Amino acid sequence: MAWKNMWRNNTRTLITMAAIFFAVILSVIASSLQEGIFSNLVKNVVSFYTGYLQVHKQGYWNEQILDNSFESSAEPKRRISNDKNVLTVTSRIESFALASSADITKGALVAGIEPEQENRITLLKNKVVQGRYLKDNEQAVLLSQGLAERLKLKTNDTVLLIGQGYHGATAAGKYLIKGIVKFGSPELNSKSLFMPLAAAQDFYSAGGVVTSYILSLKDIKALQTTRSAVSGYLGPAYEVMTWEELMPDIKQHIASDSNSMKYIQGILYLLICFGIFGTLLMMMVERKFEMGMLVAVGMKKSKLVFLLMFESVFTVITGCLLGIAASIPIVYYLNRHPLRMGGETAKIYEKFGFEAIFPTSTSAAIFIHQGVIVLLIGLLLSLYPVYKVIRLDPITAMKR
Amino acid sequence: MIMNTVIDAHNISKVYNKETIPVYAVNNVHLHIERGEFTALVGPSGSGKTTLLNLIGGLDKPDDGQVRINGLDITGLSADQLIDFRLKNIGFVFQSFNLIPVLTAKENVEFIMQLQGVERSKRDARVKQLFDQIEMADKLDSRPAQLSGGQQQRVAVARALATKPQFVLADEPTANLDSQSAANLLDIMAKLNKEEQITFLFSTHDQRVIDRARRVITLVDGKITSDTAAVSTKHGHAGGKK
Repeated sequence: MAWKNMWRNNTRTLITMAAIFFAVILSVIASSLQEGIFSNLVKNVVSFYTGYLQVHKQGYWNEQILDNSFESSAEPKRRISNDKNVLTVTSRIESFALASSADITKGALVAGIEPEQENRITLLKNKVVQGRYLKDNEQAVLLSQGLAERLKLKTNDTVLLIGQGYHGATAAGKYLIKGIVKFGSPELNSKSLFMPLAAAQDFYSAGGVVTSYILSLKDIKALQTTRSAVSGYLGPAYEVMTWEELMPDIKQHIASDSNSMKYIQGILYLLICFGIFGTLLMMMVERKFEMGMLVAVGMKKSKLVFLLMFESVFTVITGCLLGIAASIPIVYYLNRHPLRMGGETAKIYEKFGFEAIFPTSTSAAIFIHQGVIVLLIGLLLSLYPVYKVIRLDPITAMKR
Repeated sequence: MIMNTVIDAHNISKVYNKETIPVYAVNNVHLHIERGEFTALVGPSGSGKTTLLNLIGGLDKPDDGQVRINGLDITGLSADQLIDFRLKNIGFVFQSFNLIPVLTAKENVEFIMQLQGVERSKRDARVKQLFDQIEMADKLDSRPAQLSGGQQQRVAVARALATKPQFVLADEPTANLDSQSAANLLDIMAKLNKEEQITFLFSTHDQRVIDRARRVITLVDGKITSDTAAVSTKHGHAGGKK
């Protein structure tokens, strides 16, 4: 009887299913876009400079000086590299120095890097806009575009560096500029200078010493697990920090955007509620007399409740499953062919080094999560007919 | 011992607006209906006919008095017990037929036996018997929308009788029917009453029903003002003054 009841008003049943169907599609797309955008943002930001995880000597992050560096040896690095979630490990030595050219001087962030390893994490080679990328063991540097402009230098010019080295030593040297790199981040673009690790260690009189290991990961969802594992490999003399700790402002931005998205999804869920509730209300009004009659002639209310629940649950589940099935190809398509911003917005994104695209996330959890939420809404609203049946008085129900 | 009194309403009253101006829909009514009676409950609109039927049918509870069906006081039963009691003991026929539109005529009659847990072969036999009696054996698979008002009401009578109830309560059963359909329906109910000793209690304004009843009870302002046998010239049913 429940099955026949469902199709007594085809249009109403189909409208209810369609409401749920589109609600699931919208909510899946909204969620997968949100997750996709955030993970793209993190990927962009992390690949600027920080990596997903960094290893320092304990206390370095609070006092970023060369004296808080550590001896880089093959064994701990090998142990980190052997972790199943670690994709690449590279070493850096970072400090500040004054960069000069003729009579112009500017403070610079000097980073000694392993050129090939570094490129695997931060794609530094792609940021070269003039000249060429660094080779291991050469006495040469890459200058960020802003710094080069400030110092009025170009490739094949020489830059003079002077600063304080390891344990108070004086650091001074002149280096050939092999290339100019351009960063989206204005801060990095105005003051960065890169040289091979060995050259930097030599400059700072810090042979064999590094300030950090930069790690890229295979699965960023296992960030905390990997962090714990790496901490375990190295012991308490080292601090292992995630990108969220290294860049708390980005994490805050994501959290704040997530909250905004929650409001939008809340409104969407509210619309779903109204849609489903409207049809349930219509159904109850239309069938009030019949339900009164059924109870009058001897149908137990529990059976009537079961009948109505079957109708509601079947409608909601069908709408949900169809919605999930339809959203899968859409989400995969938008993942392969991401939404692309145009105009001024795109320019702003590109200025900061982000590709102005919004890919969707294809994580299965999104489909399940959104499907379950809409299903629960449907099931919760199905309690309305149950409530009405429990309170049903056949005499009142059968009054015309 | 065979119980002959099917319905025994003893001093029953139903009052509305108790807190403000009390209105007695049913006022201290005594009513005995014996097995096999064919009784019409008549009276003007608002006289309390439907309320009295609801009280007798266990759809409502009296504020005073007792309703005994086959000796069982149903006023003390819980709502769930009453639903079960109605299913097993009372057949209902409503003014507006109230068939379930998504079920066929056969299914409309069958479902009430399903509620009782009657097995399929017995259901099929009973449905066949009832549709023969209501002369609609060829309409088993028709949906209510495909039937005339008279045919729908005959199916409703079959549904009321499906579980072999103690009695049938019919609230204005002919009100929505044309003369021919009403006459056919009354013929069928009279036949069932005569041949199977099924007890019928109608509430009605319809003179056609009153003419066919063997007993006519008049209700005015919730009180029985007369309880008399009607004379049917057509069918020769007659009853004495009670």
